[in-house]
Amino acid sequence: MTSVALRSRAWKLLEMVTTPLLPSDYLDLVSPLRAGADLRGRIEAVHPETGDAATVVIRPGRGWRGHTAGQYVRIGVDVDGVRLWRAYSLTSPTNRQDGRVTITVKAIPDGKVSNHLVRRAKPGTLIQLDQPTGDFVLPQAKPAKVLYLTAGSGITPVMGMLRDTEFDDAVMVHCAPRPQDVIFRNELHDLVADKKLRLTEVHTDTDGMLDIARLDELVPDWAERETWACGPAGLLDAAEKHWAEHGVPERLHTERFRPGIVVTGDGGEVTFSATGKSVDADGATPLLDVGEEAGVLMPSGCRMGICFGCITPLKAGAVRDLRTGEITEAEPGVLIQTCVSAAAGPCSIER
Amino acid sequence: MTAIDPTAHLTAEQIEELGRELDAIRDEVIAGRGEKDAAYIRKVISAQRKLELVSRGVLLFSIFPPAWLIGTAGLSVAKIMDNMEIGHNILHGQWDWMRDPKIHSTTWEWDHVSPADQWKHSHNELHHTYTNVIGKDNDLGYGIMRVDEDQKWHPFHLGQPLWNFLNACFFEYGIAAYDLELGKNLNKRRRKNPEFRARAKAVGRKIRKQVLKDYVIHPLLSGPSFLPTLAATFTANLVRNIWSHSVIMCGHFPEGVQVFERRSIKGETRGQWYLRQMMGSANISGSKAMHFMTGNLSHQIEHHLFPDLPSNRYAEVAVKVRALFEKYELQYVTGSLPKQVFSAWHKVFRLSLPNKKPAVTIPGREQELVAA
Ligand code: FES
Repeated sequence: MTSVALRSRAWKLLEMVTTPLLPSDYLDLVSPLRAGADLRGRIEAVHPETGDAATVVIRPGRGWRGHTAGQYVRIGVDVDGVRLWRAYSLTSPTNRQDGRVTITVKAIPDGKVSNHLVRRAKPGTLIQLDQPTGDFVLPQAKPAKVLYLTAGSGITPVMGMLRDTEFDDAVMVHCAPRPQDVIFRNELHDLVADKKLRLTEVHTDTDGMLDIARLDELVPDWAERETWACGPAGLLDAAEKHWAEHGVPERLHTERFRPGIVVTGDGGEVTFSATGKSVDADGATPLLDVGEEAGVLMPSGCRMGICFGCITPLKAGAVRDLRTGEITEAEPGVLIQTCVSAAAGPCSIER
Repeated sequence: MTAIDPTAHLTAEQIEELGRELDAIRDEVIAGRGEKDAAYIRKVISAQRKLELVSRGVLLFSIFPPAWLIGTAGLSVAKIMDNMEIGHNILHGQWDWMRDPKIHSTTWEWDHVSPADQWKHSHNELHHTYTNVIGKDNDLGYGIMRVDEDQKWHPFHLGQPLWNFLNACFFEYGIAAYDLELGKNLNKRRRKNPEFRARAKAVGRKIRKQVLKDYVIHPLLSGPSFLPTLAATFTANLVRNIWSHSVIMCGHFPEGVQVFERRSIKGETRGQWYLRQMMGSANISGSKAMHFMTGNLSHQIEHHLFPDLPSNRYAEVAVKVRALFEKYELQYVTGSLPKQVFSAWHKVFRLSLPNKKPAVTIPGREQELVAA
């Protein structure tokens, strides 16, 4: 018998010993970061960067496959007991000797996860990880001339690149409200001193928002440069338009952090993603009824919120709990009780 | 059913007001749920796993009597924790709000022969929605016992103390049979129903796994301690079964608990639903350890009012709920474990014998109870 077959036999036997749990449920107690476990990481340190940003040092589990500079990772953090998932760019170089990785997080107003990570996260905490992903990365062949156009925390994926690869001719235009808000400012200035980077800081509190037309003056040869841009939607929209107008859209690579903001309201269009139906619903009718009326097969039980027999994944949008008024927004893995939830704006559920 | 309705003094407005007050209690707990609660359930789960591991480890040497005793005691407690404070409560969705897929009503499986999803249907859905409604809530007497004076007596009921005792010993099997609605489904026509067959198969698989683990694999692993380990796991299962049966009997059986007729729940309002849960459940008083070992089902009244609130919060909720009972002059049925167990068993014995027709008869009531 091959060793693989032997191992799977042994595992089967172990499963008989631990049923109805799995052997991994017990192994997780002692070694949550081992190979073969669900991918997790342990926070080892949190270093403040600016008043509202911090770098989190994470030791990923053995199953971590490594990243490419510029990629992001989704992490699941327990905030007030609730597991929330967010994506953050990796800021550590890919060849870091100790196997740790870092993300750099800027606390956004009312951001549950970002504020938790910046202000409350403690070394030793376990978090959930996905494998790194994203195509905001450098090409195989190093471009001769590079431009980085960033704003706010948009600098984080770019920092991952700068720490990873040296360029002969790299220019950066970075926007932040004030000098002290520039994340990695010291390190950037070191690069400038070493002549590895030319940097223009735009301080929007005093200079106003960056007018993309000013690029001609800030970086006269911008159109010849391979450009990576990351920041708020306004900046990226303007950049995309600008590059397209000048006939060089293929030179621009962008990364958007926060895709659509969820619009919450009272009622909205409900899409049943598995059956492809959509109907308009008001803000008072339970989604269970909405679905049944539309002829969608909906699991149900007590129809009053106590049996949990109706829970269904919320794929997009937001719903309101008819008992408490609480709004739940779609996130991967979020389940809702359809018998006590109504549409709070357009939403999509997996039925 | 008592001839005198103990809620007769309440007006419809009062009942709705009571409902609102209970909703407010619920909202408050939900708003305050957080890190501490999450840490609690994680700690309990990890403690249970460690206790089970250690006990099973000790039982490898169960040929030595002290090891047998310690291992058996540990395993009994571990099994009780698994079923009561952990399994029952997670399967109620009490911890779903944490969004941890590992501690979630849709993924949890327990050390019990009834598969979690079947149990969720009969327990969460039928029992909790139709609490104590004769003919709707099969938990009342599990379909094998007479639980109310008004139910028609049959010579079969003479044996009910024995049925109840056997049910206690093999409680998990009783529950599995009950979740399958075996009594109703064993007739020729229903037996062939593919849906029923699939469910029966699932139970068979679960039983096979559980039995294999407890009565074959672990004894085999113990080598020379084969037989003592076998006896130990059997004992642990017995202890767990008798314990959970006792706790659960105390929830709806003791004297003072009301049962309801089917017609009474037609068009029930939220306030009336709450009131039925209040009058249809009974608590067990005792120490913190007692509450823990019952999976906080000692707070049965609170659990029935708010089946989806985390179990570690029932104790604090109980204080407020009890105050409402007083305010509305209702009887909060509670007592020590021995007292409640005795009371429930007393009823089982009493109703095994025929009784005089109740003084007040409601027309049409008879058929309904017989049909039940
Ligand atoms: S149907 Fe019972 S909780 Fe929704």
